[in-house]
Amino acid sequence: MADLNRGKRPLSPFMIGPYYRPQMTSISSILTRITGNALIVTFALIVWWLLAAATGQHYFNFVSHVLTSWFGKLVMLLSILGVWYHFLAGLRHLWYDSGRGLDIETAEKLGWVVIIGSVVLTVLTVVIL
Amino acid sequence: MHYLTDRKRANGLGSAKSGTEHFYSMQVSAVALAILVPLFLFTVAPLIGEPFEYVLRHLRQPFRAVITGLTLVVGLVHFKNGARVMIEDYTQGATRKALIFIAAAIAYVLMAAGLFALIRISLSSVPF
Repeated sequence: MADLNRGKRPLSPFMIGPYYRPQMTSISSILTRITGNALIVTFALIVWWLLAAATGQHYFNFVSHVLTSWFGKLVMLLSILGVWYHFLAGLRHLWYDSGRGLDIETAEKLGWVVIIGSVVLTVLTVVIL
Repeated sequence: MHYLTDRKRANGLGSAKSGTEHFYSMQVSAVALAILVPLFLFTVAPLIGEPFEYVLRHLRQPFRAVITGLTLVVGLVHFKNGARVMIEDYTQGATRKALIFIAAAIAYVLMAAGLFALIRISLSSVPF
């Protein structure tokens, strides 16, 4: 049968909102994607810092100053929260991939574990570092 | 007589073109990062904000240098493959191809720049 709608199908995430109520499983999943992709900013900053350390004292001091300014510290704090969230969500993903934890009750519980766990790990990291 | 098996003839002809390689590579890099990220966070990340000489002395240590290098390479490969999934979900056609290329380019440029810096820091005897 001919596909009359070829090329005009809606693109994800058109479902969220009008057709699909936000819930723990979908929100914790989209946050995994957002944190994972946003971490490229952290990677860029760390590479910038490494390059500065390989360049010389004067330039290193400038980069270090930027990274420890209030804005730099805010980005680093969000990076730590993002990396812990993505870390726990990734472990959850590996668990799902093994075919376990997929019933609604467990999946929603794991969502809370990831969200609360990432905040707890972030606080611990900031306290220890 | 045919020398190709039916299986070989059918491989790669589905709409997905290839099998589970992408999915499996994400799993492998995820497991590696589950080990590398905590090591990086607690041995290298605390150096950010420390003075120049102190940072150089610590980054030169073999353990920290290797952890930093591995985290950069595995992390950026994981980014390249992960960003691709997002791009394939939300875009089509030429835009999709261009964005996949750009994501890979960003990952490889950061990887090369980070490794270059790391090698220069590790091999230089003087603090510049």
